[in-house]
Amino acid sequence: MLSCRHIMTMSDLDADDIISILDTADSFSEVNERRIKKLPTLRGRTVVNLFLEPSTRTRTSFELAAKRLSADAINFSASASATVKGESLRDTARTLSAMACDLVIVRHRYAGAPHMLAECMDAHIINGGDGIHEHPTQALLDLFTMRRTLGRLEGLTVGIIGDIAHSRVAGSLVPALRTVGATPVVIGPPTLMPARPDVLGADVAYSLDEALPTLDVAYMLRVQFERADAMPFPSNREYARLYGMNASRMASAKPEMIVMHPGPMNRGVEISADVADSPRSVVLDQVNAGVAVRMAVMYLLLGGEDSGAAA
Amino acid sequence: MALLLKNGRVVDPSKGTDEVADIVIRDGVIVEIGHDLTIPKGETLDVSEKVILPGLVDLHTHLREPGREDEETIFSGTAAAARGGFTAVCAMPNTDPVCDNGSKVRFVVERAAEEGLVRVYPIGAVTKGQAGEQLAEIGDMRAEGAVAFSDDGHSISSAGMARVAMDYLKAFDAVMVSHCEDTSLSRPGVVNEGVVSTRLGLPGWPAAAEEVMVARDIRLSELTGCRVHLAHLSTARSVDLVREAKARGVRVTCEVTPHHLFLDEDALVSYDTNLKMNPPLRTAADRHALVEGLLDGTVDAIATDHAPHAPHEKELEFELAPFGTTGLETALSLVNTHLVATGRLSWNDVARLMSSGPRAVFGLPRVRIEPGQVADITVVDPEARVEVAADSFVSASRNSAFIGQRLLGRASEVLVGGYFALKGGKVVDR
Repeated sequence: MLSCRHIMTMSDLDADDIISILDTADSFSEVNERRIKKLPTLRGRTVVNLFLEPSTRTRTSFELAAKRLSADAINFSASASATVKGESLRDTARTLSAMACDLVIVRHRYAGAPHMLAECMDAHIINGGDGIHEHPTQALLDLFTMRRTLGRLEGLTVGIIGDIAHSRVAGSLVPALRTVGATPVVIGPPTLMPARPDVLGADVAYSLDEALPTLDVAYMLRVQFERADAMPFPSNREYARLYGMNASRMASAKPEMIVMHPGPMNRGVEISADVADSPRSVVLDQVNAGVAVRMAVMYLLLGGEDSGAAA
Repeated sequence: MALLLKNGRVVDPSKGTDEVADIVIRDGVIVEIGHDLTIPKGETLDVSEKVILPGLVDLHTHLREPGREDEETIFSGTAAAARGGFTAVCAMPNTDPVCDNGSKVRFVVERAAEEGLVRVYPIGAVTKGQAGEQLAEIGDMRAEGAVAFSDDGHSISSAGMARVAMDYLKAFDAVMVSHCEDTSLSRPGVVNEGVVSTRLGLPGWPAAAEEVMVARDIRLSELTGCRVHLAHLSTARSVDLVREAKARGVRVTCEVTPHHLFLDEDALVSYDTNLKMNPPLRTAADRHALVEGLLDGTVDAIATDHAPHAPHEKELEFELAPFGTTGLETALSLVNTHLVATGRLSWNDVARLMSSGPRAVFGLPRVRIEPGQVADITVVDPEARVEVAADSFVSASRNSAFIGQRLLGRASEVLVGGYFALKGGKVVDR
């Protein structure tokens, strides 16, 4: 059982909740190794993937997690829904609420969408990414991957490198690391920093090369800027030179340092192909962990209630 | 028709007086002030324990008519004004269509004459369509009754265009009301850049985006000699800039809103769109600096920036919802609760900041409580208990940032030209 009803931001979870989720995910991870990967745990429960901005990876991960727990998983995506016809998010929420679903995972391009859903419906809400705000299950699967690979979380120094200002991944990962006793360091040019990184709980560095030797984890964020005006850095080439992870830079890192990335990767920009494909990259482990961690949060949010005969 | 207001505390900042007296009003005009007065016939109203102020005026009201009559009309907006203790409001021109020529000003004047419960002074646009590119017909609008000019809601982003506007306005000795926001810095910001923007993951609107425009417009006022009034200042540095400019003799005035005085970004614990305003709520330090500006005379007026919005628009995602809070019905109660009841302002200060000061800024007819003057009077019950609830407004909109607050004091009577617009706390529909 968790101390919260919804997972909208990392602040909903205390350290015990996080450990409980990671431990539960450990056992589901074993299930995912089996030939038959399905459990009856959430049979009869309805899980809605409300994805109001394009997403394949996260949606697929949640869908798979729900199906492996035998929940009825429904995808409600922007392109195929009423939202393109101008229905408000509140009305969408009330509509889903009237259909009596048990859990809604919401992805939306604006911050606060999960809070709005929670006001309008009875279902449990999981934030699948809101604007540039938070993406808590990504942070949880990242913690899971770090703990599996490095054997601990407490005392780790984790460099989060790149566009911190517009990253909902960083928005959740920084406070998550603080909660479990690790040290997050956000690294990037000042143009990609939020106004007050200290509010999230992060240390700040502008030079990757200076910070690199202290890191146990190098977490590379995706860089994506299409705008021509007021670009926050001069070119991808210069970005790669200053903030990209490549083989020569890996040489000055701790030998056990791992490289992570939330995907999808821009090879040659924030991460070179040789690093992405090296044994020190755990990018695919993160994807693998995603399903187990999402099974864990669904189970812990829904399983505590009357889970019926199937439980 | 005669009316006797008995035993009220009569406040008049032009004389600095605050003493109990009786006031006799006949045919819309104050005819006598004194003690133990009686009238042979007519109405006598006991206003003992109440405060009698020269009628309050709001320099910054959005009445939404024409165009968004679902949000407010000249009738509903002036009813809200009366309920809040105002005898006059200045109507911003960002209606649909924009009030940017004489006939549109005349529409507001005529509608207000037909339907308004308090006086309405129209503000005309500075540029056509408030697009910031071409002068609007300022002389034409002035002839039809526009009292000031503003592209409120926007800054005139081109300094050259702003200079042309100020040069042109100077010929009429007209005031330019400046909304200070450098959008190249502020957009797409929706909350103060800093702690709250980081915590809520919302785009930030930095204080500097206001301050660079305050500095520019002060400098352009010096260059052109045009009177400039800076709307809804929200930051400590903005107040400093005005203080310095006034000390140099620049013809600059400014206003602050109740929401920037009495709320700060710490109120934004979630995504309540009633707390989304432009400029955004700032830090506690900024808020305290605004209050200091009131006390030392840097700030000329408290103005509401009453911005009614339809519920279906305010209920959108925070980043999509429109900016603004209503303010007419809560301003006086907030000022009393936070500044008068706490001893920081006297009633004379309130009259200065909400009546004589703002009237001087726009050059509106003076309102005084003395024999021979038109009876535009606000009577305040300073002990009234007020609970701000969503269903408590007479405005057509209910997007108030103050819903849920318990406040002290409110207007009980409002007289406009000797007629009641508010009586016993109830709006009087003529």
